[in-house]
Amino acid sequence: MANVISFLTRTRGIGKLHWTDWLTYGYLFLGVLLMFLPVIWLGLSSFKTEAELERFPPRIIPMQQETIIVEGYDEPLPLYEIVSGEFEGETLAQIRRVGLVAQMIRPDNPDERLKVDINDRQAIEKFALATENYSELFDRFNFFKFFWNSVFITSVATMIMLTVNSMAAFALSKYQFTGRMVVLGLVIGTLMIPQTVVLVPLFLITKELNMADSLWGVIIPGAATPTGVFLLRQYMLTIPDEILDAARMDKASEWKIFWRIIVPLSAPAIAVLAILAIMWRWNDFLWPLIVLSSNDNFTLQLALNSFQGEMNTQWSNLLAMTMLVLLPIACVFVFLQKYIATGIASTGGK
Amino acid sequence: MLAILTPLMRVIEIPMTFLEKRLGMKNPAWLFLLPNLLLFGIFALLPVALNLAYAVTGSDAILLADRPYVGGDNFSALLQCDSYLDPNSCKDDLFWRAVHNTLLFVVLQVGLMVTFSLCTALILNRDIRARGFFRAVFFFPVLLSPVVVALIWKWILQREGILNAWIDGMGWQTFNWLLDRNWAFGWSVFLSIWAHMGFYTLILLAGLQAIPRDVYEAAKMDRATPWRAFRRITLPLLMPTMLVVLVLATIKGVQTFEEVYAFTGGGPGTATTMIIQYIYETGFAGAPRLFGPASAASLLLAAVLVVLTVVQLWLNRNNVDG
Amino acid sequence: MSNHLTKLKLTSAIAGFVLSAGGVAAQELTYMCSSDGTECTTAREIFDRFEAENPGVTIKIDEVPYKAILESLPVQLAAGTGPDMAKVTDLGGLSQYYLDLTPYVDAQYWEDSFGGTLDWYRSGPDDTGIYGLHSQLTITGAYINKTLFDQAGIEVPGADASWDDWAEATRAVAEATDTDFPMAMDRSGHRIAGPAISFGAALFDDSGEAILVDDGFTGYVQKFVDWHNDGTMARDVWAGAGGSSYQDASQEFINGELVYYYSGSWQVAKMDDNIGDLFDWVVVGSPCGEGGCSGMPGGAGIVGFSGTEHPELVAKAIDYLAQEENYAEMTAKTKNIPAHLGVAASGVEYAGATEGAANALNAWGAQVGKVSPVAFKYQGYKNNRAMFNITVERVTQAIVGELSVEEAMERAKEDLAVALAEAE
Repeated sequence: MANVISFLTRTRGIGKLHWTDWLTYGYLFLGVLLMFLPVIWLGLSSFKTEAELERFPPRIIPMQQETIIVEGYDEPLPLYEIVSGEFEGETLAQIRRVGLVAQMIRPDNPDERLKVDINDRQAIEKFALATENYSELFDRFNFFKFFWNSVFITSVATMIMLTVNSMAAFALSKYQFTGRMVVLGLVIGTLMIPQTVVLVPLFLITKELNMADSLWGVIIPGAATPTGVFLLRQYMLTIPDEILDAARMDKASEWKIFWRIIVPLSAPAIAVLAILAIMWRWNDFLWPLIVLSSNDNFTLQLALNSFQGEMNTQWSNLLAMTMLVLLPIACVFVFLQKYIATGIASTGGK
Repeated sequence: MLAILTPLMRVIEIPMTFLEKRLGMKNPAWLFLLPNLLLFGIFALLPVALNLAYAVTGSDAILLADRPYVGGDNFSALLQCDSYLDPNSCKDDLFWRAVHNTLLFVVLQVGLMVTFSLCTALILNRDIRARGFFRAVFFFPVLLSPVVVALIWKWILQREGILNAWIDGMGWQTFNWLLDRNWAFGWSVFLSIWAHMGFYTLILLAGLQAIPRDVYEAAKMDRATPWRAFRRITLPLLMPTMLVVLVLATIKGVQTFEEVYAFTGGGPGTATTMIIQYIYETGFAGAPRLFGPASAASLLLAAVLVVLTVVQLWLNRNNVDG
Repeated sequence: MSNHLTKLKLTSAIAGFVLSAGGVAAQELTYMCSSDGTECTTAREIFDRFEAENPGVTIKIDEVPYKAILESLPVQLAAGTGPDMAKVTDLGGLSQYYLDLTPYVDAQYWEDSFGGTLDWYRSGPDDTGIYGLHSQLTITGAYINKTLFDQAGIEVPGADASWDDWAEATRAVAEATDTDFPMAMDRSGHRIAGPAISFGAALFDDSGEAILVDDGFTGYVQKFVDWHNDGTMARDVWAGAGGSSYQDASQEFINGELVYYYSGSWQVAKMDDNIGDLFDWVVVGSPCGEGGCSGMPGGAGIVGFSGTEHPELVAKAIDYLAQEENYAEMTAKTKNIPAHLGVAASGVEYAGATEGAANALNAWGAQVGKVSPVAFKYQGYKNNRAMFNITVERVTQAIVGELSVEEAMERAKEDLAVALAEAE
């Protein structure tokens, strides 16, 4: 508790809470409420049964009806509390319901059948996690194969993208040459065409290059994103040219300048791009859907979406899968976000 | 983190230094650009060029060779209107409804989202406890797939959702949020901000890190108020990053589709139908698949975006050239 | 088939050769399957037997999202890649890529067993080929919450009741039991087609050209819109969405907030699982009008593609599924109604289904006979998806008040003209 208080009362400087601190923590508290609660709720919902997910109004905590095994019945019988009528206050197990009347028994006296009006009974429920939502996933697919495909695509594509994009951004931010604005214009220009529209031409090209239904067909076209170049270039602009000139005086090669000076100084932006690139590739759905057709090459996102049929969506499995897909990337984020805060500020670039 | 890239960089270093020496110091810029341009040309520019070819051909065939040339027919059909302000007077009324919706959506969404992202980034950049945790909190929604984002907010907002259960509990009159045109639109804007804010916050946060601390120390010496320090130091130094955020947010805003489509399906009626939904339903989900009008619409969209971006870049011309 | 696929097959062929030392060259077929429940696993079970009977043959089932069947498959086929077989729902739209099974199968058996559904896969009236096995026959129609009728003490309208009778009865039930909605219908152009046909919509003109809108069609749309405005129909379903997106009302029905739900036979498994003991639900089929008491048939089927390298084997595999005992097993396990006339005549034992589900499925089976010829023709028409989408989009606009019913129907006609001109 003392920890919490000292946490909450921590201030910018020394002494009492500044009003901006109140504002800051108020804002953050609201943020947690609005941004994070729905995600937690999603996590809880992934442990609900399909029937529970369909219920109105949705509940926060996963619940299931309590059942009891009674001698002479193969299946466990659901338990009800009787709230009015002849058997008020008793706990009965239901055998079946016909029309408006339920046939029930006392669990300790299974031979005597009682007739109860359906409005007199109330289901007894308890907190229960539908872990089968998760275990079914591992029976149904080759989960680890999909996982490996996703990891492979994401890591290779991210490395290619970071390398290629940072090189291009360096050229576009630190050199004056004719055609610079044309290249920059083309880069930004392709951002304007929505991805949905170019999928078909892109597929035809990928197929011609013999990359259809292969992991490389997802990796290579995905590396050509304009966003990264634009993002890194704008960041590199803020790095003072004097540092480069000093290095050139020392006869450093241009590659050394890029790799030893520019890249470390751009660490925050590269970390941001790395997070984004990993997230894009990991969550990419439409493009892999078109390129990959055999199950051996499927990614987790494709498996996730195979719970959406024409008429029915199996939400319970879909949510469980969502959580499983979310977990690794959330870990990656927690790991990488540190680097965003350690850039020029700590390396002391002037 | 960079350690992972080191071996890769070592491999690239050999040809790069070699070529640099052979070609002299004259233009290493093109050397650095080459790999990116190669990928970019094949997988980004070429599809866009093909897209143009689809826009000037007709029929529902997928292969270009099977499609007859129709010239500007697809464009003129889209643009045929008595008044651009009244979608009902247009030949393709659905396209113009989508255009109107998208314009309003972008103005609201980009304006609000950039403001909130900036606030959040400034706050997360302060010396607060558990920064990593709070950063993660604001970023988590970005990681969710659009279908799941829509599902969560449907649970909350539907007729018998959590919000109405709460309103009912307070003894107020419940409301069917997603059946009302204006509310459905408003919630779509909210949902899209909720889902993407973390992305822009992160970019701004990285931008804030680029501002050297000693500038602030100097400002403190001069007894500048925080507001003054923000306006005179933070904002100008953040401008190159702000430009990225503005340009990207506008482009992505205009291209909003998946989460709103999964959330409202574009309804009620056409109240939340965006341009990309029109393109998607015309060219891909529909039957017959009309790639021509879909491609034409996407090119018109791109033209508008180019104008918007040029304006943004021009307004910020000091930050473009560095 | 692409080079890549060929390479893949070569390697697997070599691997198979080495492994099966017996000397039978291994052949692999790929089957692209999407599932609403158990369709793919059931196909796996049957194909396992097929593989056992045909040494050296393997059938690889690629289970994909439905979106892949709808959007990726056509692109892959046009580009010359794609699987050997697939389960498809756009039956007429892909007909140009289908493999004709006629040379490899007993055509007489197929004609006798599948009759009308074979037409749905054909490119036109002159086409007599055999292309697809209709594995999932569906019929649209209504479910009612019988318990609510009992509670209200109102008699359930008979089999010949009209839409107005049902509207009146369900309104009375909803009022007596304080239920939220009397009626609801899935948001789909396919769903509304059956009632419109019962109302006298012809959909096609005398020469067989698609027209969609006529007096019968407009008449039903007018009623449908009025019902939305007076609260008979649940607004959430149609008015809550836009474009051509699909929306159902199963959640409202399962929660007992809906008296009468017009959907179709595919909902049985879901109702059975999720309603459980909450109330009694009954299949009542389609209400009647001057055009009959018709629902719409529909569903999915398994086809082979002419790009395959093993046409004979593909035909053999599909023919294996079409054999009476295998088809009966598939129908029972996937909880569908049979399109195979022989299987339908002898009745299906829905193994593992609850009593309620089995009764419901048999009730749906009995509805097949009531389907109007117009509905059969509509289901088999190549461009019907365009017509479905146009209907949903424009009728919704009339419901939410963006257009009047007349304007909406006028727009629908124009949309159809554009679509047909492009589709040739």
